[in-house]
Amino acid sequence: MIELVDVRKAFNQGRPNEFWAIRGVSLTVDANRVTVLKGPSGSGKTTLLSMIGCLSRPTAGRILFETQLLSGLPERFLTAVRRGTFGFIFQQFNLIKGVTVLENVMLPAYPLGGPRRRLEARAHDLLAQFGLAAKAGYRVEWLSGGEAQRTAICRALVNDPRVLVADEPTANLDTQLSRDFMGIVGDLRAAGKTVLLSSHDPEVYDSPVVDRVVEMRDGRLAGG
Amino acid sequence: MPIWLQRQKYLIDFTLASLLRRRAKNLGLLLVYALIVFALASVMLYTHALRHEAAHVLAGAPEIVLQRMVAGRHDLIGEEHIARIGQVRGVQTKAGRLWGYFYDPAVKANYTLMVPPDREIAPGDAIIGAGIARTRGLSAGDYLTLRGSDGKAHTLRVAGLLDARSELVSSDLVLVAEPFFRAFFGIPAGQYTDVALRVRNAQEVRKVAEKLTLLLPDTRPILRDEVLRTYDAIFNWRQGVVAVLLLGAILAFVVFAWDKASGLSAEERREIGILKAIGWETSDVIRMKFWEGAIVSLTAFLLGYLAAYAHVFLADAALFEPVLKGWAVLYPRFALVPTVDGLQLATLFFFTVFPYTVATIVPIWRAAITDPDTVMR
Ligand SMILES: Nc1ncnc2c1ncn2[C@@H]1O[C@H](COP(=O)(O)OP(=O)(O)OP(=O)(O)O)[C@@H](O)[C@H]1O
Ligand SMILES: [Mg+2]
Repeated sequence: MIELVDVRKAFNQGRPNEFWAIRGVSLTVDANRVTVLKGPSGSGKTTLLSMIGCLSRPTAGRILFETQLLSGLPERFLTAVRRGTFGFIFQQFNLIKGVTVLENVMLPAYPLGGPRRRLEARAHDLLAQFGLAAKAGYRVEWLSGGEAQRTAICRALVNDPRVLVADEPTANLDTQLSRDFMGIVGDLRAAGKTVLLSSHDPEVYDSPVVDRVVEMRDGRLAGG
Repeated sequence: MPIWLQRQKYLIDFTLASLLRRRAKNLGLLLVYALIVFALASVMLYTHALRHEAAHVLAGAPEIVLQRMVAGRHDLIGEEHIARIGQVRGVQTKAGRLWGYFYDPAVKANYTLMVPPDREIAPGDAIIGAGIARTRGLSAGDYLTLRGSDGKAHTLRVAGLLDARSELVSSDLVLVAEPFFRAFFGIPAGQYTDVALRVRNAQEVRKVAEKLTLLLPDTRPILRDEVLRTYDAIFNWRQGVVAVLLLGAILAFVVFAWDKASGLSAEERREIGILKAIGWETSDVIRMKFWEGAIVSLTAFLLGYLAAYAHVFLADAALFEPVLKGWAVLYPRFALVPTVDGLQLATLFFFTVFPYTVATIVPIWRAAITDPDTVMR
């Protein structure tokens, strides 16, 4: 479903502090599977996930989504692909403070301009599905860590993306919450989603719902 | 609802929610902003209305006033002079006027005594301006005693007050009958203070004035248009003084706005990153910030302008009177007729709303075009 061909990424290219964070990664991510990127800190997991999720562009190499070449798209189209295809769950959750849980969940759909009532109904459905129905009117600062993450998951799902990208999703959670999270990942897989995770948490890569673990080291795949 | 419209609506709703999040900061900003608009708009509305009023009052004045000069000083003009004016073509009517100043030591103020050309006043009666009525505490039926040039006390019965609507020019007026006036100032019959001339054709006014100076070399014609220009100059000058004072305030505001707008907090930067990461386009982010700037500045503009309107036309510009009108004992207290100049309004709008909105957008634009992958860190 997603194909990476000899992808490379340099930071500060052409300057004295030039740094190649990704040094030639070729990888195929299968649809409707849970794939985990595993590796030591600094090995390039986050960098690779950002490129796959259209948050940044590779310096060299190609990224294809199905048959569409993503790496060459202009920013506008890249944003459209990101909005329609990928849902993100960030390590720090990255909820917008000061507005309600419901509004946070609806935010990714604003640029689509659909009818408000339908959007609200969808957001409420998602919140109910993740046991947050009672918290819809809460401000996000008041949420517990687990609730904040489930809010972030609802937000990632509101545009019904086919791929979910989560960078270190369990880094801020305790063991029980991490297990719950992997349970949700299993449900998403069952619902037909493709899930892409990065983690160095055994709770994640040893979980039974994971189909494939890809090891990274120094910007390359370890052992191919 | 079309998609683009719904999209704007979402953006505006979210912007409003965002503004409420930083309530104290935005309210403070709004207040300062509105205050600046208020001050500027007050000056503009006030001077415009004043000028309007003056022009309105002068519209009824004669096109030419002729004064006799003796040794460079204004002197009385006699009937024989007036008769000779009849020879000048273009003059429609001519009438000798009687008016003069009187210093009232009781209230340390100057009155203007005048024989009205267009209304009959019974001898011994007076109609007085509201300023005099106020300072002397007079109302209709009361008596007003003034010491004449003969040293004797002359008593007038106040028959009525002048319409307060034209108080700008009538505040210090005392209208009296001709016999009283002549007796009070000791002016013999057949002598007048000056002559008012009406000229049929506006284009001919200058020509008539030239002919008059040739025909009556000891006289000086004063044209209404020149008086109007002098008024204008005075008002402009006063407005200029206030404008300079305000300039400092405006500069402070610009610095303040620029600082507020360009100094994007780390929090705001992060939020822009998040919005982009979850699928907002750069243009959506910029549009949202545009709405933010527009909402703040439009609200401030409206508040400030309405407050200024109320200040000038309902509260009689209480804060500005001393500066703009100058000091006077018989200070005219009049309600200005509300007038708004479209061009002035547009100018004010352009110089307040526009720079602020731009100042908010520019730094956002710089933050919004960067890659959103920073939120992953
Ligand atoms: N914007 C940047 N400029 C310069 N170097 C960067 C930048 N972003 C990342 N790097 C470097 O790229 C390398 C890979 O970073 P990345 O965040 O992808 O690692 P990671 O595998 O996600 O690590 P962790 O497990 O600690 O999250 C690191 O050495 C990092 O310092
Ligand atoms: Mg990382």
